Amino acid sequence: MDKKEDMIAKIKEAGLTGRGGAGFPTGVKWEMVKSQKADKKYIICNGSEGEPGVFKDKYLLEKYPEVVVEGIKIALETVDHSLAYIYLNKEYYKQFSKKLEKLCDGLPIVIFEKKWGYLGGEETAVCEVIEGKRPIVRKKPPFPGESGLWGFPTLVNNVETFYHVGRIKEGNFKNTKFFCVSGDVKKECVWEFPAEYTIRQVLEETGNFPEFDFFVQAGGGASGEILLPSELDQEICGASSIIIFNKEKTDPYELMRKWAEFFLEENCDKCVPCREGVYRISEMVKTEKLDREFLNELFFVLENTSFCSLGRGVAVPFRSLINKVL
Amino acid sequence: MDKNKKINLVIDSKQIETDEGKNILEVAKENGIPIPTLCYHSDLKNKASCRMCIVEIKGKRGFFTSCSTKAEDGMEIITISPDLLRARRTNLELLFAQHREECNDCVTSHNCHLLKMAKEMQVKIGGLPDRKTGYPVYEFGPSLIFDSSKCIDCGNCTEMCRKQGINFLEKRQKDTFYQVKPKLEENRDCIYCGQCLVHCPVGAFEAVGEFEQVEEPLKDKNKKVIFQFAPAIRTSIGEEFGLEPGKNMFGQLVAGIRKLGVDKVFDTSVAADITTIEEANELIERIKNKGVMPMFTSCCPAWVKYLEFYNPAYLSHLTTVRSPQIILGGLIKTYFAEKEGIDPKDIIVVSVMPCVAKKYEISREEMKIDGMRPVDYVLTTRELARLFYNHKIDFKNLKPEQPDDPLGIATGAGVIYGASGGVMESALRTAYYKITGKELENIEFESVRGMEGIKKAEVEIDGQKVKVAAVNGIANAQKILRELQLDSTAYDYVEVMACPGGCIGGGGQPVPTDKEIRQARAAGLYKIDKEKKIRLAHQSEIVKSIYKDFLGEKENVHKLCHTKYFPKKREVEIKE
Ligand code: SF4
Ligand code: SF4
Ligand code: SF4
Ligand code: SF4
Ligand code: FES
Repeated sequence: MDKKEDMIAKIKEAGLTGRGGAGFPTGVKWEMVKSQKADKKYIICNGSEGEPGVFKDKYLLEKYPEVVVEGIKIALETVDHSLAYIYLNKEYYKQFSKKLEKLCDGLPIVIFEKKWGYLGGEETAVCEVIEGKRPIVRKKPPFPGESGLWGFPTLVNNVETFYHVGRIKEGNFKNTKFFCVSGDVKKECVWEFPAEYTIRQVLEETGNFPEFDFFVQAGGGASGEILLPSELDQEICGASSIIIFNKEKTDPYELMRKWAEFFLEENCDKCVPCREGVYRISEMVKTEKLDREFLNELFFVLENTSFCSLGRGVAVPFRSLINKVL
Repeated sequence: MDKNKKINLVIDSKQIETDEGKNILEVAKENGIPIPTLCYHSDLKNKASCRMCIVEIKGKRGFFTSCSTKAEDGMEIITISPDLLRARRTNLELLFAQHREECNDCVTSHNCHLLKMAKEMQVKIGGLPDRKTGYPVYEFGPSLIFDSSKCIDCGNCTEMCRKQGINFLEKRQKDTFYQVKPKLEENRDCIYCGQCLVHCPVGAFEAVGEFEQVEEPLKDKNKKVIFQFAPAIRTSIGEEFGLEPGKNMFGQLVAGIRKLGVDKVFDTSVAADITTIEEANELIERIKNKGVMPMFTSCCPAWVKYLEFYNPAYLSHLTTVRSPQIILGGLIKTYFAEKEGIDPKDIIVVSVMPCVAKKYEISREEMKIDGMRPVDYVLTTRELARLFYNHKIDFKNLKPEQPDDPLGIATGAGVIYGASGGVMESALRTAYYKITGKELENIEFESVRGMEGIKKAEVEIDGQKVKVAAVNGIANAQKILRELQLDSTAYDYVEVMACPGGCIGGGGQPVPTDKEIRQARAAGLYKIDKEKKIRLAHQSEIVKSIYKDFLGEKENVHKLCHTKYFPKKREVEIKE
């Protein structure tokens, strides 16, 4: 067995899953790209983090850029004739590109500045943007692993995933995850805990379990679900972020307006349920007149007929907030 | 993928066997199972953005858009269920809420896909305030109007314009939405082909309407209103009245137009025969005198505009022969007027064309004859249908009639002008005779017929090989121009039609227009040609006598049948 295959086996053995939110087994993804026959392949390290309350990639790029780059290097060695991109949002590009460039010196890695917002983080949209187009989600299949950037097999992994690959190489992987805690807390922070930690465990161990009446939004500051204190004995779905809201001090409409603005701004306007549905929701929360029946219909088409996961996820925060808090 | 591999599947409890590789929507359509669609168009890539065509697949969670999901062996597909209906209705309501309805003024309203769907699904329109109220309306020259407040953002027009190689439309971000807008750069302009229009599912594009203006002279006793109609509309107008594409409605067209109260009805194809003869002469002359080669056809005004704006270096390649509608208009206002003793100033010529660029063509100053426009108004196929509706003319059931003398009877050559390759085929039939003095044995040039974008052939005339290409779609013409840059002798004669399939797929034709429909319309024209006794332009008795009486004089030929071209700056003005 040569050294390259070894690394995929090691990743599989470690049980690493993608840390971008979808949780796909990393080893399987790598294998898929590796097994494709193509003259050229691409590796993309996705550092486009843009949802409110999610800032763990930033933390890693700041503290452990060398481990992240090590992870990319391993991917370059594992996937034959490949080139890599580090895809950073504007802010991160400004902050980290110099340092990363130094670390990548001599490696076939391009640091790419993303000029668009959040959606530009979906893996097919990433490909569109690097190709110089506007971020529109592509139809899947084909998956980027088969046909991604300029039609070549492309491995897209999140910054944190590459970080863990680096750790696996060092023999230093403990199946942890980075959690962002923010909102009504003393200090926003990123913490590393075992991947299977529940929300309650994270809050308790960081000393952030509130004494006031509260609710949290877990899994991203726009698309995350609203959970009550009685619902915290579960792992987080999606991005590992927890935002705490002081119930008394939070205006739920203000919160919904923020989400609506975020989705309006960030969706790609491609498909009807998301483009028009989000608009109708935003009009309702603006005027604070909720037509519950119509809202239900909107949630129904958003969840069931949206083209991509962004649209499919829009209903979750609104519905949970309206049902639990309003 | 194995092309001939068969798969078996079930749609709504109907057992179906079909070839592998199709999407569910195609299979359903072939089997007469209706699935509502808006953004799907078989000419274009799958965007799957309207989400109307959703279906369920047994054993799989969620809904699937049938236009973008491959049919697979063993699938059990459900196209109607309470959940599907619920989702489609809400999405349709959302669609309507972004499309500002003005159904009363809409040329497509009697045939509106969106309205039909709303009725079928019992969606009440106007239930939500229109999101796009106040969105801009753009005018593209004298040809097109784009009302962006009706747009449902499907992206068909932008893709089609890109496919045409023009790329004049784009989605630009304004506030938080992307909007379809014309580009602003000075080095880009619309060529008025109208392909955006025939690919728009909701009528956001329309031809600059002239059908209302035509009513005035029709009522005016002192005006002689003379209609002419293009070859390509006789096998398409039936579609506006629910008939299948390709059906020859020539006689009904004449009868219907007469019922509008016009004074004469002529057939543009008669002038196509003259275009053919002039073009054949010019081709022979260029070959003999080593003129600028290859020669390009010029009867498509969108192609002419393309060269004038994007590639003026090639203008000397364009034949100077005017297009059939302009020649016929000129003849009406000179030859015919003189013959009948009418003051040409009292004549109003109206052309019915499959085309929106023809509206632009009649506005060209250099076409004027003695200060008059040869043609006063151009109506599209759709506009004529609208006139018939407005005049309560039961078009389908009219008794066929014949057009008027002396400009009514064309040859088969004049009729096939409407399909890509037709102009060239007609000219070659006549050129062969003019060079060899003999008639062709087989006059059908199969190799320049059909729907492919570029058709090449070598024709031997008198021992000399003439290399020809018939091209449809501007992007294909761009390919030929690139080829010519590398080898200027690659062709002798090139026909270019801007629209896919030629004028049968033109921007003035009924919507929808797709490959199958274009094929049927073209087949209809070739059938007419085949059934004609006289199929060669130079054998037309009418044309012979026009040459004898009138066009025999050099000055007349020059004035009526030839024109000039000029490099152009951007014409479309956009106020943002
Ligand atoms: S769901 Fe939203 S983000 Fe996704 S394709 Fe549709 S409009 Fe774009
Ligand atoms: S008329 Fe033709 S060139 Fe003009 S915008 Fe439409 S498709 Fe593009
Ligand atoms: S104008 Fe018509 S074709 Fe163009 S995007 Fe809008 S709806 Fe689609
Ligand atoms: S191909 Fe025919 S219909 Fe299309 S622009 Fe040219 S002349 Fe008009
Ligand atoms: S027709 Fe399939 S999504 Fe529009």
